[in-house]
Order: sequence, then C-alpha cells, then structure tokens
Amino acid sequence: MRKRVDGAAIVIHFVLCVGILVVAMPFVWMVLSSFKTLPEFYTFKFLPKSWTLEAYQHIFAHTKYVRWYGNSFIVAIVVTVSELFFASLVGYTLAKHRFKGNKIIFILILSTMMVPTELLVIPWYVMSTALGWTDTYWSIMFPGMIQAYSVFLMRQFMLSVPDDLIAAGRIDGMSEFGIFLKVVLPQVTSALGALAILAFLGNWNAYLWPVIAITSENMRTLPVGMSLFSTADAGGLQWNLIMAMSTMAVVPIIIVYFIFQRRIVEGISLTGLK
Amino acid sequence: MKRVAPESPQMRSLLRDWPNRGSLESKRALTAYTFLAIPMLFFLGIRIAPTIYAFAMSFFKKNGSGFTLYNYQKMFASPDFWHALTNTLLYVIITVPSQLAIGIVLALMIGRIERFKGLYRTIYFLPYITSAVAISWVWRLMYDPNNGFINAFLELFHIPAQQWLKSPSEALVAVSIVIIWQSSGYAALISMAGLESIPKSYYEAARIDGASPWQLFWRITWPLLNPTLVFLAVTGVIGALQTFTQIANLTGGSGGQAGGPLNSTLSIVVYVYNQGFNNFNLQFASAVTVVLFILILIVTILQMKLINRTYDY
Repeated sequence: MRKRVDGAAIVIHFVLCVGILVVAMPFVWMVLSSFKTLPEFYTFKFLPKSWTLEAYQHIFAHTKYVRWYGNSFIVAIVVTVSELFFASLVGYTLAKHRFKGNKIIFILILSTMMVPTELLVIPWYVMSTALGWTDTYWSIMFPGMIQAYSVFLMRQFMLSVPDDLIAAGRIDGMSEFGIFLKVVLPQVTSALGALAILAFLGNWNAYLWPVIAITSENMRTLPVGMSLFSTADAGGLQWNLIMAMSTMAVVPIIIVYFIFQRRIVEGISLTGLK
Repeated sequence: MKRVAPESPQMRSLLRDWPNRGSLESKRALTAYTFLAIPMLFFLGIRIAPTIYAFAMSFFKKNGSGFTLYNYQKMFASPDFWHALTNTLLYVIITVPSQLAIGIVLALMIGRIERFKGLYRTIYFLPYITSAVAISWVWRLMYDPNNGFINAFLELFHIPAQQWLKSPSEALVAVSIVIIWQSSGYAALISMAGLESIPKSYYEAARIDGASPWQLFWRITWPLLNPTLVFLAVTGVIGALQTFTQIANLTGGSGGQAGGPLNSTLSIVVYVYNQGFNNFNLQFASAVTVVLFILILIVTILQMKLINRTYDY
C-alpha cells in the first residue's frame, strides 16, 4: 500500500511552526538586545551593530547582580528542600497513620490553600518587622517552608505506598522515622522529583513576597534586584543592561529545562492531574 | 495446652498488648503527633493566625484604635478601588478563555500529528517556566511605541504604530497578551495529558458506528475533557485574580506607580501593593485583600459545585 500524504498534518506542522516563532521571538529579541549599546535602542534595528559585551561587563563591574543570583539560589534551594521534606513527612503521616484528629488536620491544612498569599503578606510583613527578621534570608524563606498544596499532593502519592512495606519495616525493628526515610521515601521519588522542580521554579521566580520583605540592596533576590534596578533610573531605562540581566536570568533556566525537559514536563502534568 | 505462668514475661506482655491494644495504638498516634508537631505549629503561626490577623487589621484605622468599618467605607467610595476591581475582572475575562482556547487547540493539533510531538510540547511550555519579571521587561521593550519590535513588525503589514503600554485604552490588553503568551503552554500541557487519558477504544467504537470527526469531538473528547477544563478554568481564574508581577514590571517605575497609565492596568493586587507599601496604609490594604479573598472563595465554591456534578455518558 502506498503511503498517502497527510495534508492535514502538513497544515498543522505549519501552524505549529508559526506558533513557535511567537513563543521564541521575545527570547531572541532579549538575547540580541543584550549585545547592543544603549544608543542603538533609539532606532529600530534587528541585529546589534557590533555585538558588544559592554552591558555584561557593566553589570559585573557596577551592580550587585552576582550577589542577587546567589541569594536567589540559596533561598530557592533551602525552601525546596524544606518543602519536600515536610510535604512528604506530613503527607505520609496523614495517608498512613491512624490517629485521632487525622481528618481534621487534613481539612485544616487544605483550607489554608483557599487563603491567597496577598492576604497574608501584610501580616507576614508586620510579623517579620516585629521579630527583627528584616533583611535576613529567613525573612524571605519562612512563608514557604511548608506548602499546603505540596502536602496534599504528597498525601495522594503516599496512599499508593504498600502497607506491607511499612509493616515489614516495623517487624525489622526500624524506628518510625527510619521507616519514613528509608522505606517510604524511595517509593515516591518520581513524585518528589516533580515537586522539587515545581518548588524550585516557584521560589526562583517568586516576586511579591520578596519585593515586600527585602529593603537592603544586598539581600535582594534576582527578580527583585532586576525589577528595582530597572525602575530605579529616573533618567530613562538602560535597556542594554536590563536585557543583559534578563538574558542571564532566563538562559540558564532554558538550558536546564531542555536537558531535563521530559522529566519537567511530565512532572508538571502529573501534579496538575492529581 | 501449655499454661502461661501468671508472673512470666510472656504473660506480662500479653496483658500489656492484648486486652486493650491501646498502648500500641497510642504509641503509633504519638509518632504521628510528633511528625506533625512542627508542621502544625507552622500552619497555625504562618497561615491561620495571619489570616485572622489580616481580617482583624482591616477593621482598624491606621493610627487609630477601636473597631471600625472606616476602611471598607473608604474603599467602596474610592473610584480607584472600583477601577482595580473592574480591571481585574477584565484580566480574568480576557486571559482565561484565551489561554484555554489556545491550550486546547494546541493540544488537539499536537495530538493529531505523529512526529515532533515531544519537541512541540517542550517549546510551547517554555514561557511558563521563565521568570515573569525578566519576560515582562522584554515585552516592555518590544512594546516600545517608537522603536519597539512589535510596531516595526506591524509596519510590514502597513498597520499604523500603536501606543500599547503608553495608551490608557490599549495597556490592559497589552498586559493581557503577555499573560496569555506566558500561560497558554500550561493549558496546552494539561489538556494534552487530559486527552491522552481518554481511552482510544472509545473512538474506535464510535468510528465503527459511523460517527463523523465532528461527532467524535463533541460526543467523546469534549465531555471527557471536561474535568480537565474545569481544573484549568479554576486555576486560571484564581491566577488572573492575583495578577501582579507582570503589571508591576510592565508599567511600574520611570516616573509612574505600577498600574498606569491613568490606572488603566491597575489590578486589585497592584492596588493592595500601592496602598500598603507605597502609602503605608496596611490596614486599608488589608481590607482590599479581604475582598480578594472573598472573590477567590466564590470561585473555589463554584469549582466544588462543578466538580461534584455528575456527568451522564
């Protein structure tokens, strides 16, 4: 049988490729612009005239960009680890332990999901100021150390861990915490991986709370640093610097994303459907 | 039968464990409570108490004492608040249906073809994971009325230059486009997962019965995709009600407060931020967040109603 040409598929490929241009254009524009000099932004030109690294050199020499990068990294890593640990511990306890108040505690945790962060930032701000936490890593991190959503997610995954495994651990005389660490956690590594990606990205890109919590330039996270740097200049926007900062913030994430794309994409669709 | 001596260790252990297996159970419960102690303190201290505190704060006047409805009266009398509320609803109405429509169409198209599926999925999802702050600044540059990429592109088709973020009548749409650009990939990804979970045998059976592609879509795909769409609609609406980062970075600074020009892009959360952290009226800002909370609560309750509705197939 001869293979028929699938006309519909060709049309679809064409439409999807046009769509890719729309998706990619801002990224291309960002990278191209980062190699321009400031005067080049006063007229429209597609390619940079001389591909200068001026903007990058200026950022490393005269701004705290590297520090902000480091801050974002520390915050995102610590919060992610804490979120994963507590989400799986609480999820496991709620899914596999029978005790008085189990259901109430579960509903209580779920109900906190209905409260938007925006309602909480003002009390957090008051609290953080009153306790003298201002301008510490802790002040950026404390609200995210445990997330109700990830507790809920891990509880759903923990339900499918076989009870026999846990019972076997008890017969072997393992401690309850040892069972959690060495028997239960290895059963849910794919869920943990998905959650880790979500948590890291969420914290890496977080803006509302960090912009409120931080006052000193040294403690800014990357999004806060970029945003305040960009708006600070009254004399006009320094587009070449802003684009170089954006490029350095976005391109590493894109590279990591393409390396782990299968795991990331599948992880996120997994958590979206649970 | 071997008798167990009353004072033997076995007997003691039997007596301990058997008649009221309580001790083992209470030991297990103790473990559970130990595991939950720190998280419960966290939820009480960082989520529940602050929620109550925010509500309480909204009933106090800045620098004043005593319970008052002043903040609410001031809020409902403020044209800026109504502006923010209307704009926020506009963001919902513009961005959510667009994201869903683009997402479903992308998912259906990618589902229909055989090659490069994974590649398309990866590329279309990319904007969703990138920093909203960085991306907003890139779009801000592209929207520049005089030498931005978008006007230069439109010129190729002889479309006159638009003011975009500088125009009170176009800025809200311009912000919405950025949000749609960034979030449609998520709708596509979740729709694709939803489509893949529909058993292929349903389509085969319907085709044998002579169903047209049109009928296949409306009788099988659409109803079975419904829970996915409800999920996307609800998360989309809640996200749109909380729009902040894009507006702050697309419109803030260079001589104006975020939400401009002329408050045309002001959303509820931007209003909260300006009131609370630029004008430092935290009590008034709390009252506005209470309104946001109620809006989100309404959406959540609607969602529960929708999801509990049983579908008849």
